[in-house]
Amino acid sequence: MRSLIRCSGLWKVFGAGPSRVTALRNISLDVVEGEFVTLVGASGCGKSTLLRTLAGLETPTAGELEACGAPIVGPGVDRAMVFQHYSLYPWLTVTQNIKFTRELSAHTRGRTSADVEAASGRAAALLDLMGLGAVADAYPNQLSGGMQQRVAIARALMSRPRILLMDEPFGALDAQTREVMHDLILHVSALEDCTVVFVTHDVEEAIYLGGRVVLMAPRPGRIDSQYDVPLPPLREQAMKHDGAFLNLKGQILDRIRATSGLKTDIELLQKLSRVAHHR
Amino acid sequence: MIETRTAWTPPTAAASELEPPVVRRPRRSWWTIRGWMSPRQYWTLAALGLALPLAAWFALAQLDSVSKVFLPGPLDVARRVGAWYTDGDLLGDIRISCFRVIAGWALSALIALPLALAIGTYRAVQALLEPLTDFVRYMPAVAFIPLVMLWIGIDEGAKIAIIFIGTFFQMVLMMAEDVRRVPMTQIEAAQTMGATRLEIIEKVIVPSAKPALLDTLRITMGWAWTYLVVAELVAANSGLGYAIIKAQRFLQTDKIFAGIILIGLIGLAFDQCFRLVHRLAFPWLYARS
Repeated sequence: MRSLIRCSGLWKVFGAGPSRVTALRNISLDVVEGEFVTLVGASGCGKSTLLRTLAGLETPTAGELEACGAPIVGPGVDRAMVFQHYSLYPWLTVTQNIKFTRELSAHTRGRTSADVEAASGRAAALLDLMGLGAVADAYPNQLSGGMQQRVAIARALMSRPRILLMDEPFGALDAQTREVMHDLILHVSALEDCTVVFVTHDVEEAIYLGGRVVLMAPRPGRIDSQYDVPLPPLREQAMKHDGAFLNLKGQILDRIRATSGLKTDIELLQKLSRVAHHR
Repeated sequence: MIETRTAWTPPTAAASELEPPVVRRPRRSWWTIRGWMSPRQYWTLAALGLALPLAAWFALAQLDSVSKVFLPGPLDVARRVGAWYTDGDLLGDIRISCFRVIAGWALSALIALPLALAIGTYRAVQALLEPLTDFVRYMPAVAFIPLVMLWIGIDEGAKIAIIFIGTFFQMVLMMAEDVRRVPMTQIEAAQTMGATRLEIIEKVIVPSAKPALLDTLRITMGWAWTYLVVAELVAANSGLGYAIIKAQRFLQTDKIFAGIILIGLIGLAFDQCFRLVHRLAFPWLYARS
């Protein structure tokens, strides 16, 4: 098993002088080929910054960063990204959005007619796989949020990336749609042989999807702890009621509470409710 | 004993439950915030909004105490338009004014578009040009007339130049804002797909900003029309704006009215054309499932 993503001693500092913020402090993380790693943590813990750095959208302040054996110097076709929302092109239909990469020179260099044919077959297969056949000619603003994210995933997969980076892709979806999307992305990433790094603030989502959960803590953003998920690779919704699942969930939630720096002032709330009762 | 059920089963439905109740007209108030209105009501009100001022104009002009020099009636104005058509060169005036407005506006659009694209895309260009443009746009276009006459002369070019000065600077700033409003996520998505800088501009920024840019073109076309009269102050001997200025000299109030209303109508027609093009060019904005 070789590491597809290598990251060691990574720092990211925003700004300078008194307003400088350390978003990432000395991050070291390896992701092995075929792994599904979820990054979870309270807001401000730098999980999105880490993902964006892996995508090449942010330049690290210091540290070593490698993807597929080559140093990361910017975005690359080996890494595709799915954003939380608003990343589809509203002027293109679903099919045109999915085929967008085929318009780019990075994917058309030395292309033959056989490649073009293969590409349209690929687009059709992705439409099918993601359950988008019926809306192939619709515009994104005619679709629900869940369907839009299916298009975004299909578009990211179009160029067969080895690594799929997902930045809270289901964060804006309702709970039922999200469950459907969870099973879909597990199925698709296995089928496409994709290594996935998935950012979320939802612990249940992190455990259900991840083979490994990386917990990050804020101020400064850092990796706090990592957990191997003790569940079989083929996940089912019913596993969410397993003792092992609930145990891990409790453990991670406790840890997030301890590191988030946010806490409920129970004493103050009790005092206030006593005052209210005395009235 | 408490009865527990695992699933709730509905009681057998009575006939009354299978039919919707008699539909009562929903109570609507005119003052519901963002309330709904039937198209018939809407257009009746819209027609009323146009008819009432017209009726008021009629009534006021009928009063003996109001001299025709101050307020000619609608019929006087209509008659004047007729005379302008038969005795004068109404169509020629309209044609030359349209030409000047379109030429000045198109010239500024031609230069503003690439500039705005650069300002909205590159911080360096923005820093270099935006403060300057912001400064110049507050200068009154009318005050440039002597300079324009000095530099360009008194030909057609001068009239077009005034309209250009009046619209160009606002246009650049508005278009730059349109370009800047392209969501960063759309650009980043293209970057992660391996798009080059040129491809991002060509395949993401431009198509994404297009609808807003067309709206800006529509709005600035309106402004170009408002500068027409000013432009035709410069040694013109034809055009709607010139006709207004000349009528002022002879106190032909009805012709002033006619000129103003004609400019308004032509502007409205252009505006509607732009809206139609918007609908045809960007079907995805109007597509609803």
